[in-house]
Amino acid sequence: MSGDVVLETTGLTVRFGGVTAVDGVDFALRERELRCLIGPNGAGKSTFFKCLTGMLTPSEGAIYLRDEAVAGLAPFQLGQRGVGIKTQVPSVMNGLSVHENVWLAARRRKGDANAATLSALEAVGIADLRRETVGQLSHGQRQLVELAIVLAGKPWLILLDEPAAGLSGEEVERMVGILRGLVKHATLIVVEHDMHFIRQIAETVTVFHQGRIIAQAPVEDVLEDPLVRDVYLGRSR
Amino acid sequence: MNSRVLVTEVGQVVAGTVVCALVLPFIVDVHTATLLTVYAMLALSLGFIWGFGGILCFGQAAFYGLGAYTYALAAINFDGAWAAFGLAILVPAAFAGLLGALMFYGRLSDVYLAVVTLVVTLILFKFFNSTAGPSYRIGEARLGGFNGIPGFPTLTVPGSPDTYIYGAGLFYFTIALLALVYLGLRLTLLSPFGRIVVSLRENEERTELLGYDVRFYKSAAFAVSGGIAGLAGCLFANWAEIVTPGLFSLGQSAEIIIWVIVGGLGTLIGPMIGAALLGYLKFALGHQSVVDNSFIMGVLLIVVVLFLQEGLVPTVTRFAKLGLRRSSSKNSRRQSRRKRIVSDVR
Repeated sequence: MSGDVVLETTGLTVRFGGVTAVDGVDFALRERELRCLIGPNGAGKSTFFKCLTGMLTPSEGAIYLRDEAVAGLAPFQLGQRGVGIKTQVPSVMNGLSVHENVWLAARRRKGDANAATLSALEAVGIADLRRETVGQLSHGQRQLVELAIVLAGKPWLILLDEPAAGLSGEEVERMVGILRGLVKHATLIVVEHDMHFIRQIAETVTVFHQGRIIAQAPVEDVLEDPLVRDVYLGRSR
Repeated sequence: MNSRVLVTEVGQVVAGTVVCALVLPFIVDVHTATLLTVYAMLALSLGFIWGFGGILCFGQAAFYGLGAYTYALAAINFDGAWAAFGLAILVPAAFAGLLGALMFYGRLSDVYLAVVTLVVTLILFKFFNSTAGPSYRIGEARLGGFNGIPGFPTLTVPGSPDTYIYGAGLFYFTIALLALVYLGLRLTLLSPFGRIVVSLRENEERTELLGYDVRFYKSAAFAVSGGIAGLAGCLFANWAEIVTPGLFSLGQSAEIIIWVIVGGLGTLIGPMIGAALLGYLKFALGHQSVVDNSFIMGVLLIVVVLFLQEGLVPTVTRFAKLGLRRSSSKNSRRQSRRKRIVSDVR
């Protein structure tokens, strides 16, 4: 296992009226770990993810980021603490150029923002698109622009919600390579559905079901777990 | 921003201003030209916050009126009209910053924001309308209710307190200030602050995820816009030499929005041109009594919304670019044909 615990939740609970979407989740993530969160629709993983990003305030429980309680902080405050977030639907500035999108992230850190922008664009392989308007790009290209935005901020913790959604086979391969490279410098949480993609990137997988964690183990072990197969992959006949 | 960009920006603005300052008085008298320039500045203030910040403020008239009233009240109470001039920018800017902070830190946006700004304007309208009694005074100045405040000292040439800036002088002063504000906004939009303001329009969520406190940036942009509207109000007060609650009226608020839509949202030039054209149209229509002014303005707005959705300036620019591209491709075809002929001859 990697280094110290850098992200921890204790008893994290989110209720929407009478519905408990996340139910007392205890979760820990070590430094330079890449953890995948999986689960069927409505399992609570996206709600859990939104709590980590500051988009939702938990009803109960705590979130610790390097031992600092951060539950209830706004997304910009988490961004200032070095958390990079990629949302499920590409959240980009469609009316601006690719360069401007990434530059806005790069200028938040010290150093030459233009050089950092170019480096982030090269890292995801879209440097040749830098003058294009983002709104004119394909869904897959916009996913990569958003990833470049996240990378340009040099975050130490990266939260990615379905990074492979809508990508072509070639783009998925590129994404796998990027994530494998990223884990050498950062800690990652990836919410994903694509099991083929998960197999290629994950060391440990956390499985959500009905707002709770029902399994947490290396990917191959999880896939063999009868309970997981039952609730998520479908009962084997 | 490199010095080449700066020189180009300044050069373009200076050239444009000189042309306008020379040409406008031949089209309309300087008195009307001054008012059209004031309108252009007012439209520019909304064009910035709405077209670039994505914040539709229905109450730009509130900051305009506050600028005018602040100038009138301060000019009566203070010795120098220039102190009043400074206050006429600062007070609306501070008011807009405070109102903006209350709305943005309260996570108010879209239609709710428009409603709040409109209500604030109407409250100010009602308030200033009901200040007719002698008890409503600030220092030496009576607020005057429906009749407003007349007869306050107007701006004088610095160092010469008896030389008033009026007529052609006021026109050139106003157009120079408009050029300065326009240049300032253009440079602001090229700066990191300006890029963040534009990113708010494009995607507020992403801007926040990058670590920018969007509430602060929106409040700051709102204050800048309020300050510019206040300056326009101050210049109006100097032009009209009277301020009345009509400055805060619903009609005034709606008119500013129409100027911006007609001129072209998302540009700085568009709102100014929209304001000047529609302002002039209003004067021209004022000379007849066959059709009501507001009716014509309404019809014009519908026509623009239906047929020129981007507004005048972006549409004209698009067609001009298209024409240029066509003529340049025609030229290059002609040149290549000539080359072929020359090579055949050789």
